[in-house]
Amino acid sequence: MKNVLFLIFKRLGASLITIFVISVIIFIGVELLPGDVAESVLGQSATTETVAAFRKELKLDLPPVIRYGAWLKDFIQGDFGTSLANGRPVSELITWRLANTLFLASTTAVIAIPLAIFLGMLAAFYRNTFFDKLISTTTLSFISFPEFFIAYILIFIFAVKLNIFPSLAIIDDNMNFTSKIYAILLPSLTLTCVVTAHMMRQTRAAIINVLASAYIEMAEIKGITRLRIIMHHAFPNSLSPVINVVAVNLAYLIVGVVIVEVVFVYPGLGQLLVDSVSKRDLPVVQASGLIFSIAYIFLNLSADILSMLSNPKLRQSQI
Amino acid sequence: MNNLLEIKNLYIEGFYEDRWQPIVKDISLNLKRGEVLGLIGESGAGKSTIGLAAMGYTRQGCRLASGSINLEGIELFDASEEDLRLVRGSKISYVAQSAAASFNPSHRVIKQYVEAPVHHGIMGYKEAEKEAVELYRRLFLPEPEKIGYRYPHELSGGQLQRAMVAMAMSCKPDIIVFDEPTTALDVTTQIEVLAAVKEITEKMNKAALYITHDLAVVAQVAHRIMVLRNGRLVEEGETRQLIKKPKEKYTRELLNVRTLREEKNITDKMDVILDIEDVAATYTGQDMALEDINLTVRKGRTVALVGESGSGKSTLAKVVTGLLPAIHGSIKFFGKDLPLELKKREKEDLRRMQMIYQMPDTALNPKQTVRKVIGRPLQFYFGIKGKQAEERIKDLLRNIELDPDIYIDRLTTELSGGEKQRICIARALAAEPDLIICDEITSALDQLVAEDILNLLQNLQNKTNMSYLFITHDLATVKAIADKIVIMLEGKIIEQGEKKQVLSPPHHEYTDKLLASVPEMDPDWLDNLLEERASTFI
Repeated sequence: MKNVLFLIFKRLGASLITIFVISVIIFIGVELLPGDVAESVLGQSATTETVAAFRKELKLDLPPVIRYGAWLKDFIQGDFGTSLANGRPVSELITWRLANTLFLASTTAVIAIPLAIFLGMLAAFYRNTFFDKLISTTTLSFISFPEFFIAYILIFIFAVKLNIFPSLAIIDDNMNFTSKIYAILLPSLTLTCVVTAHMMRQTRAAIINVLASAYIEMAEIKGITRLRIIMHHAFPNSLSPVINVVAVNLAYLIVGVVIVEVVFVYPGLGQLLVDSVSKRDLPVVQASGLIFSIAYIFLNLSADILSMLSNPKLRQSQI
Repeated sequence: MNNLLEIKNLYIEGFYEDRWQPIVKDISLNLKRGEVLGLIGESGAGKSTIGLAAMGYTRQGCRLASGSINLEGIELFDASEEDLRLVRGSKISYVAQSAAASFNPSHRVIKQYVEAPVHHGIMGYKEAEKEAVELYRRLFLPEPEKIGYRYPHELSGGQLQRAMVAMAMSCKPDIIVFDEPTTALDVTTQIEVLAAVKEITEKMNKAALYITHDLAVVAQVAHRIMVLRNGRLVEEGETRQLIKKPKEKYTRELLNVRTLREEKNITDKMDVILDIEDVAATYTGQDMALEDINLTVRKGRTVALVGESGSGKSTLAKVVTGLLPAIHGSIKFFGKDLPLELKKREKEDLRRMQMIYQMPDTALNPKQTVRKVIGRPLQFYFGIKGKQAEERIKDLLRNIELDPDIYIDRLTTELSGGEKQRICIARALAAEPDLIICDEITSALDQLVAEDILNLLQNLQNKTNMSYLFITHDLATVKAIADKIVIMLEGKIIEQGEKKQVLSPPHHEYTDKLLASVPEMDPDWLDNLLEERASTFI
């Protein structure tokens, strides 16, 4: 409690330990996968000698602890190994995919976060009225449907019937920013539908929770308008739970969108991970798994720090 | 000048037990400029409800049923939300009981002051800021130019309360409703706030409704007093008249609740059960919260720990119970050294020392029934279950003067504040302790209810010969119950001894200040005191 920086460093340390533990779990998990990479890469016709030679080349004959150490050391230095499937460096494969995933996630976030918070405030403002119920029902129905269902409905309406957006979200480096946005608008809308409800409900609940406080009654008695009370008095005090739910949803947008990527054939990291699992391309699986974990932990860490900073009590102790 | 506020035949209803029931019945009152009207009664008397209704405001689950509320010619009873909003804050304003809860923790104090005048279009931001500083100065807040730019958590309770009085003044309203503005404060701080209230009502010529449960406090500021009970008027009169010659029995009860208990002597022969030697403790590792604490508690006796908030009383309770391990010193309980840390203590030691807290609301699990709350220590310490436990719980309920058949299956949320505190006492008794630490257990309760609780503790002590370590900031309580008084200031004991000896002169300088700060029923008491202090400063 001495100061905020100390707290932040403590969280940072805890995060690093968590990442380390996860890296161990990922490594063990991959070790436990049935089958042998060398055999599956070389195919059934391979002789025992070639398989053994290939295993040696992949260092699969060394004990797991040593391989783990080597892998972690390389990973920290930015060398994620080479893909077993096509021999290209993993970092090269992943960088482009990760950039695409982040692009889709941030586009969605830019639409969904303000929308969810705004709707949450409105729902709190008009709580228990028809309008509140309408917002809640609509957003809740969206999360109740499976993502691919929403995706196909949107494709059906906007791509097939109205023909205004492409049904496949194919992008490449030669496209400019606007055409990229245009290409990913449908997946982005799909994801917006999926994440808005959660954030909006949390915003509404957090604000309503704060509305019971004595200082809100004080503001009402001071003759402040209801809208200002919500925006100015209630919202700043409900930031902490809102920040947390936003972080969880951002994390979901980065690590959990495989299905939407598959539906729209979008070249994101999630799809790469699924492909690599089926091909037993272990270096890629390990690297993307660890990157996902780091993204998740980093977002939660930022949420913790931001909610600390949103509290004047904790912020002040810095000085 | 005519009446600023006229309330006629007001009925207010609350929604509970599935129907609308009256909580304020047929109340009429008038308020003239320059006048202070005191509303007094126990909680549930409808005081706050009336205070809020004067602004046309009702809490959630309440509604104005019938009557009329006329504020400077505007009828508030059936006014629209927007009309009410325009009146609130600008023509009539409100000072709440808990300033700490009524300031928004996210905004600086002065920003909250400025909000009302700016949004009512009365003045600009800069001008309002300047006036705020001026008012802070007038209300004797330290560093008036700077204090407003702090966040609420950086101000003390008394400072916040005065900042809220200033905030209520921000739009220069004609009427201010003070709702128990000093209840949460200790006696020395209470004086500061009362002085602020006087400053405003007398020198600035405002009218005020002053709501409290403490007759001695309201006697200092009010011209007239209305005594309320269960939403009805008991009696109304001029302050001096009412205090000198109360007509109703209920008013008389309110007037003479504070009685001294019989004297018990403390002799060296009596067993010392708790012996604290040279104890020190700290929260931060640097600043000492407690230093050089030496203290003994004898069997069957009550030691009162007195001091302002922040003096280390509750910290000492934490150290004794081991919640906050002392950094050095020793705590002997029945001659045996107790480990300083809670975790290292034996179950038997834990059993023999129980604690009762200030807020019975938060000390009881709202999801549990009385049976479960009291049954738990029985099972934990003695392994008593089933039928046997049932009998014991009923016994305990009878001990705390609650009917077992009515109360045993109630949820703790279905009890009044006094009943909750009784349950907390029963829970402590269930462990059959030798020492009970009572941390401000009556300060959240009404005067008459608090009196009952103190009597109950007295009877229990006579029956079982338990000892109490009684923490309080209320000297009246101390006078009523203590055998020995320990006065604390800034983490140190500055004076201790038998009650008679501590309460009779010569006092330590601080003890003197504490004793002088307890309001007396005399309506001139505050004026005299303030005059006296002013003259000694010059």
